[in-house]
Order: sequence, then C-alpha cells, then structure tokens
Amino acid sequence: MKTSRLDKYGKINRDKILSFSWDKKKYKGFEGDTLASALLANNIGIVGRSFKYHRPRGIFSSGVEESGALVTIGSKDKRDPNVRATTQELYDGLEARGQNAFPNVNFDLAGINNYLGGFFAAGFYYKTFMGIPPLEWGRGTAIWMFFEKFIRKAAGMGSASGLPDPDTYEHAHDFCDLIVVGSGPAGVAAAIEAAEKKLDVILVEQDSLIGGNQLAENDFDNSQIKNQLENLGIKIMTRTTAFGLYDNCVVGLLERVTDHISAPNVNIPRQRFWTIRAKHIIVGAGAIERHIAFNNNDIPGVMTVNASKHYLNRYGVLTGKRIVIATNNDSVYETAHQLSEAGANVTVLDSRTNFEIETNKSFEIRKGYVPYNINGSKKIDSLDISKSETINKSETINCDQVLLSGGWSPAVHLLSHRGVKPKWDYNNACFLPSDTKENITMVGSSRGLWNKNDCIASGIAGTTDALNRLGISKTNYFFPKPGGWKNPIQPLYEVKYKKSRSKSFVDYQHDVTTDDVRLAHREGFISVEHLKRYTTLGMANDQGKMGNIIGLSLMAELLNKEIPEVGTTVFRPPYTPVSIGALSGRNVGKHFRPLRVTPMHQWNIDHGAKMIEVGLYQRPWYYPKENETLIDSYIREASTVRKTVGICDVTSLGKIAIQGPDSTEFLNRIYSNGFSKLQVGKARYGIMLRDDGIVMDDGTSWRLAENEYFMTTSTGEAAKVMSWLEELLQTRWTDLNVNVTSVSEQWAGISVAGPKSREVLNNCVDDSLVVTNNNLPFMGVTSTFLKGNIPCRIARISFSGELAFEVYVKSDFANTMMDLLWANAKKYDGCLYGLEALGALRVEKGHVTAAELDGRVTIDDAGLSKMASTKKSYIGSAMRKRGVLKNNDREILVGFFPTNLKETFNAGTIVCEKNNIKGQGIGRITSVTYSPELGHWIGLGFVKGGLDKWKDTNLVGADPVRNKQMNLKVVSPHMIDPKGERMYA
Amino acid sequence: MIRINCPYCGERDHSEFNYGGDATIKYPSLNSSEREWTEAIFFRKNIKGFQLETWHHSHGCRMWLVVERSTVTHEIKSVKPCHPDFQKVVENNK
Ligand SMILES: [Zn+2]
Repeated sequence: MKTSRLDKYGKINRDKILSFSWDKKKYKGFEGDTLASALLANNIGIVGRSFKYHRPRGIFSSGVEESGALVTIGSKDKRDPNVRATTQELYDGLEARGQNAFPNVNFDLAGINNYLGGFFAAGFYYKTFMGIPPLEWGRGTAIWMFFEKFIRKAAGMGSASGLPDPDTYEHAHDFCDLIVVGSGPAGVAAAIEAAEKKLDVILVEQDSLIGGNQLAENDFDNSQIKNQLENLGIKIMTRTTAFGLYDNCVVGLLERVTDHISAPNVNIPRQRFWTIRAKHIIVGAGAIERHIAFNNNDIPGVMTVNASKHYLNRYGVLTGKRIVIATNNDSVYETAHQLSEAGANVTVLDSRTNFEIETNKSFEIRKGYVPYNINGSKKIDSLDISKSETINKSETINCDQVLLSGGWSPAVHLLSHRGVKPKWDYNNACFLPSDTKENITMVGSSRGLWNKNDCIASGIAGTTDALNRLGISKTNYFFPKPGGWKNPIQPLYEVKYKKSRSKSFVDYQHDVTTDDVRLAHREGFISVEHLKRYTTLGMANDQGKMGNIIGLSLMAELLNKEIPEVGTTVFRPPYTPVSIGALSGRNVGKHFRPLRVTPMHQWNIDHGAKMIEVGLYQRPWYYPKENETLIDSYIREASTVRKTVGICDVTSLGKIAIQGPDSTEFLNRIYSNGFSKLQVGKARYGIMLRDDGIVMDDGTSWRLAENEYFMTTSTGEAAKVMSWLEELLQTRWTDLNVNVTSVSEQWAGISVAGPKSREVLNNCVDDSLVVTNNNLPFMGVTSTFLKGNIPCRIARISFSGELAFEVYVKSDFANTMMDLLWANAKKYDGCLYGLEALGALRVEKGHVTAAELDGRVTIDDAGLSKMASTKKSYIGSAMRKRGVLKNNDREILVGFFPTNLKETFNAGTIVCEKNNIKGQGIGRITSVTYSPELGHWIGLGFVKGGLDKWKDTNLVGADPVRNKQMNLKVVSPHMIDPKGERMYA
Repeated sequence: MIRINCPYCGERDHSEFNYGGDATIKYPSLNSSEREWTEAIFFRKNIKGFQLETWHHSHGCRMWLVVERSTVTHEIKSVKPCHPDFQKVVENNK
C-alpha cells in the first residue's frame, strides 16, 4: 500500500502541524487528523499484530468498528491500551505504540504462531486444558493454571499500566424530552423537527464533528447545520458515545472531554459518564460496512470502501495507488469514481452480473468477479480473482490496496440493548430494527435507508412518532421503505477457495477464521450463542461489528438454513468500551463510600483515639498512651472501667423517636418481650425478631412519656430497623396511630461505665439528686440538665456489666458534654475507652452483638429464652419454633476458655470433638478477647447442644486458615459477675 | 434503570428506593398458626407480567409504595402509597 496526502482534499487544518510518535519515531500530522489518518499519511501500513496468530494488521476502517488498528497511547501511568487509532484524535506530542508484538509490529517473533495455526483453532483452550483424559478435573485445571500466564502473554492485546489511574472522571446527569443519537442527516432532521415543536433536545455524536457519514463526502460542510442546531437551543454533545439504553428511556453516555488534548487542564475531568433521563429516544446510529471473507483478507492494505472515502475526503489521504474494490452492492461506485479522480488506478470487482450503473468510465468494472486470495504478507502484492459462479483461478491483478464492501449492517445495537430482536431483510441482506412499545424510534440508515433524502424524511417521521407517543400530537406519518439502491444487493459473505489452506478471516480482532466456524459446526456448536463462545467470534472489543453477520451466514449455509433461522446474537452494552475510571467516577480512594462520623469525632481524635470503621461510621477503636499497642491499650481501658470509670462514644447506635397513642401497643408487637407494663421513666432491653422467627436486632426502648419512646438499635442494623418499623406502620398495621422518626443524627451519646460512674455523673448534672440509686434505679430513665444548662437524657443501662449510664445530648452539645465528663472522670483516674475495650467488657459478660446475631440465630440459640414472652403474640412468635428451629442439637451460645490458659485462639475457629476434627465441627467461636478480669483469653460462640452437653468435655478448636489448633473447654457465656451484682450497685 | 414516579416526590431513579416484596400478601394476625405464617412468608408466585410490589422511598420521603410493574419489561403502570390515608391525601391533591 502506497499512501499519500493530497493537497486539494480533506477538511484538516494544514496551518496547524502536530508532531506525534509511533513506536518511538517522530512523525507529523495536522489538526483534524485521527491517529489512523496521520499514520496512513505517513505511509505506515502495519499498525498491529493479530490476537492469536500475530499476523501483521493494518487499518481496516475509519471508525468505531475498527478491529486492526488497536494501539497503546501514552506512557507510564497515562498508558492506555487497546485504543482504536481510527477514533483517537491526533494531538501535539501524542505517543502511540503498536501492541501484542515483540520487538515491534513490523518484526514480531511470535509471528511463528501463524504457522502453528492447528494449535490455535477454535476451542483450543477447552480441548487442551479441560478434562484431558485420563487426567481428572483437578489436574487439568492445574495444567491450565501453569500455562495460562504464557498463553495470555502470547495471545492478547495491549496491557494496562498497572499503576493507579492519575486522571479524574466525573458522573453527570441530565434530563430532556428527546435525545437523538447520531448527527447524520436523519438525526439532525429529527432534532430540528423536535426543537421546532418546542421539545427540549439533546443531540449526541460520538465523533468530534457533527455530520455522521456525510463527513466522508467531498463537498460536505457542517457549519450551517451546526448554527441551525445551536440557534434552536439544541444541546449538542460531540465526542460523546451513547453506549447503552436502559429501562424507562435512560441513556448512558460517555463524553471524552480531554482525550484529544495534549496538555489538558488538570481541573477538567478526562471523561464524563452521563446518565440521561429522556422521555423519548431517537436512534440514528448509522450503518456499518461489512468486509468479505476470503483467503488472506487481512493483509495490511485491506480496508472497507467507505473508510477509504473518509480518508480521502475528510483527511486528504489517498490510501492506495492501484486499488481493487470488491463488492456486491451499489454503494461503492461514488467512492470508486472519487478515488480514480484523485489519481488512483481503480478496478471494481462486482459479484453481480446483471446490473446497470452510471459511471464516467474512469475505472474498470469487472461484472461477475470476486476476489479469492491476496498475495503478500506485510503488504498486498497482488489479488487473485475469479468468476463468481465457480471459484477458479482466472487472473491475478497487481495492486497495493483491496477495498471491500460486502453490504451494510444497520447499527441496531442500542435497540438490541432493550431486548428487541432485529429482523432479517432478504432484499437488503441485513438485519433491520423491529418495532418496540418503548419510546424508542430508529431513523436513517440504522433502519436500512441508504439514500440521504430517505434518511431526512425518516428523521422527521421519527420525531412525529415521538410527539404522538408523548401525546403532544396525533399526526399521521410514514417511514420510507428500507433500501434505496438502484440494483439489488447480492448476498456475498465468503469466497471459498478450496485448493488453499490460507486463512480467511471472519472476525479480524479475535482471529476467527471461516475454518473455525466450520470446526464449531462439526463439533456441534451450532447455536449462535455456542458458536460465539466456542470460537470467540464477536467477543473482542469491537463486538463483531463487521464480522458477526459473516459468521452467521456461514453457519446458516452449513446448517442449510436461512440466516434468520440461525438467529442473531444479542448485543449488550456498552456499544464501544467504557473505561473503568469513568464507571467509578469520583467514587475512588476515600470517596469510595460515604463517611459517617459522630459529632465528637474530632474531640476523640484530639484525645488520642485510633479510629476503626464500623459500617460507614468511624468509631474510636482504642486510646493508646505513649507506646501502647492495641492489646496493651484495650486491656488498660477495660481494666480501668472495671476498677473506676470509663467514657465511650456510643453515638453510632441507631436512635428512633416513637410517638403517638398506640406506641405501647406497637412496641409490644415488635419486641419479643413484654412492653405493655413498662412505666414512664423506665427503659427496657428488647429483642426484635423477623417474620420467620430469627433474631433481627436488639436494643433498648425508653419510655419518656405516656405516648413517647426513645428507641436505640445496634449500629449496623439502624437503617434496616427504621425501614422495618415504617413498613409495618404503612403496610400492615395502618390502623395504629404511631409515628416513627429517625433521630440518630440529632443525639450524641456516651456510655459512662464503672463503679465510679455515678460519682462522675453526679458532678456533671445540675441537680445531683437525679442520679442517686433511688431516683435512677437500674433501667431508670430521666430527662434532666448537665451543668451549663445542657438538656440531656440519661438512662441507667449497662453493656459492660458495671454500674453504667448512657447519656444523650443534642449533637451540638457533644463536645461540651465530652469536656465536662472527661474532666470529672479524670479525677477518679478514669479513662476514655474504645470499641476494642467495649468488646472485651461485653464478651466477659456474654452479651451478644452482630458477631453472634448474624441472621441465623434464634432467641433460644442466643440463650435469651427468657426474652420470649409467652403471654402475648409478636412478630416472629408463630415461627420461632418452626421445623429445624426446634431441633435440640442446634448451636447454642456458650463461652470458651482455652484448656491451657496460656493459649489463645481467634474468632472463626471451628469447634470440634476430640477425635473428629473435620467439616463444620460442632460449633464456632464468634468473638474473642483477652479478659483483664480473668487474666486469660476467652471467647463467645456457639456449640451444638450448648453448655449442658459439653460442660466437662475437652473439645478442640481447629483454625485451619491460621494453621492453629488448641484444646478448649465450654463454659457459661456469663464469664464474670453472673448475678449482675455490679450493675445493680 | 427503572424510574419510579413517587406520588410525593415525583419521578426518581430506582436507586433512591429499596425493593420490598409482594404487595398482595395478607399477613395473618400475630396469633395465627405457624402454617398460616409459613404460607404468608415463604410461598411466592413467580409472575411473568405485571405484579404489585412494595418499594420504599428510602432516600426520599420514606413512603412505602405499591408499584405495579412488569417483570418482563419493567414498565410501571401505577404507583400508590401503601397506607390508605396517604392514598387519600394523594388523591385529594391531584
Ligand atoms: Zn417519595
């Protein structure tokens, strides 16, 4: 192929010269070039190596269907592999490289794969590595694991940088009445018609310029169209691909904001991921020209006819000197004419014998001829042609380029995303979009219209259709009939020459040949979906835009069926690749998920807290002094709580205000224990079950007034409990007069625990009488004031097993409360304690948390049978003893000690009988801590049959993940102060 | 993406909502038998076509809604508050 830039052609800006590099050598191009057109202008023919066989590959197309010119752009952390050179706009300083080749695409050592074709045929991986007899499954897999890395290296594409992506991406949203995809004549006509009818219109174009395939015309100028669209207030989005259609007229767009700029402003995102909610969608996505399968149809220099027209008229590049065009339809003749006018020697091989076409005789037409083999390896030397009826050598034409047009495939992809199957049209040899009930209308050549006037008419009809469906008008309209060529197309997908074993490619990018399709047929993979997976036809990142129909026609021929009987594969989003960065947008790093902090978050950090994530919340984990480790610190904190006093931030607990005359009845129904007799000024611990009788959550509810309660939930289940209460009140018990309001953010809460807690609190409240044992007994509640006139709620509740209080103030007073309480706690050598110490204290007491209440546990399993009322019905009461839940070998909550008290164990340890260490054992350890009180490690967990069954038996803890094993004994979960004397103190 | 027209907030993305379940279940009274509860909780029809289902506008007005949605096409025919009193309010404000 000998390419050259012509002075009088193209719409590039020749005043602006851009320099770029290809495989480390410097070249020049112009503003308006794509990387592909600049490479062609510099006469670079080989731009890649094929996927499996490492055959040299050139540029096949001028657009998104490109399956040869996949290159790597940029370097280091900006390296972007598998970029289509045909859609990458040139910019100054662009660095591009060939990929899948060593040392380079011109001389690739792995080219030897071309001669090992037999190994790499369809199904190669499956046959070689999966279940090779007599190897059993496991061994075959091991062999695959061993070879995989070598194979992946040899067969493949570009590689990612492996470094964090330095670019930023953005998610954006918009709404409109009508979104039009594609700015060809049909899309533009539709957009103008709609804007004139006062619709709010967005027009999306994947190219940098509007115009669609008109950009390949020599006399096309889009400036007038652009003005008109802008004057009508249409939002034009260029460099933006509608990659997917979703339910309810939602369209996903990818806007490439800076991919065409050499040094983009760092404050602008590289790409924007748009979610557009429209009322109607018009798709004028155009059509894609197909190639033809025949021997060596992939030699650099092969291209679609339309691509060559683009390069000539848009970029001023003549892609060959001696050009042979092979076709079966009328669409090539204008291009043939223009190429010969531009100075090429052109011959057209038309497979049809009977047709009329007007030409100026500047090129030769060979009626009834087809190509069957290309001679050459890195470039085209000549083309073997034959009469189309029987393929026999008749002539060899010297040429440097072969342009192919096997017909056009309307881009029905977006409609296919909605599950609408296209229908085969015999007259035009293509799939056409079917009608849909959804508000989507296909226009232009994507509904099989080949003439510009028909496209324009279809655009206007499309908008009328939209207006009718939106109830704005009731106007009759009709779409022009598909087609529009003077002579009918003659189906031509493959030229089969049996006397040679050269490869004939169906899918260039994945190296799928006609022989692969035949092999799949022989081996029974005849359904389209099997064919696709067995041969990987259409599974490369071009998604078979050019090759799918050819593969389908071959299978139809083999099965002696028609194409529509064989079916079509379903296209799924995205239409063209979408970068992972665009999908994640700003949700990376610390913005990966929302962050919740308590109102005293900074106070905690200022006082030395190390934080830990609990759900979305940041909670104090431990407060190390000087060189303390986590263990040192929590042992000190837990000991201090047991000895004197500690303060802990418990704000992350869910808090719900329950108000209204039926509040008591409501709580009595949702908790398993009785609430009907709870007095005002008292709190109660309660357990909620799910409908199916399993424990959902536990917490406390405080009766503040006759018709008002304050409920706390666990941190993790707060949102779920709130939704559950709303569901019950709005769907099941609509007669109850109860209102629930989440007040989790409104109240800051702390726990003050330890024998000195009352004295500390005493110093902090306005009226010291309110916290005396008489006035605030165990589970008592009071609304009072902290010093400084700060309103607060105090309940005498204990999670640690010590005398303890929960104190809540409005969130704004959080820091004041902390200052006040901490200053007083220090007087008693108190401490601040975090989640780790809180955990140690509750494990010692056998109190369950989310680690135990994991959605599989009943009240009885958790050893809380006393909490299940027998005097009333409540949610889950009918189901809590159903079927398996009443088996007596269920796993019951127990405590664990290591038999040798110097040993330790971890949560997750499987509990087994001594001589039966296997499977799931007879239980599990869920929470583990060092007990400062007992002086050794202890655990909470479950064992089948519970304490009674295993009290005096030595069991084994198996921890295969950490490769540990230890002897255990089962103890009561209430490992300290079982009678609760400290709490009631 | 499914778009749900909340009677209080207007049309919103489904990501603002949480799916509840079958809206046609009549939950038995709390003192009903295990058998009746089993029927209500575990047995579900697998409808192809329009079904009534509950959705919670959890990132909006917190209303529980009955949505009539096609399980095939995601087309939504109607959206109403679950609570009859809320339904009345919505009706009266139309
Ligand atoms: Zn709402």
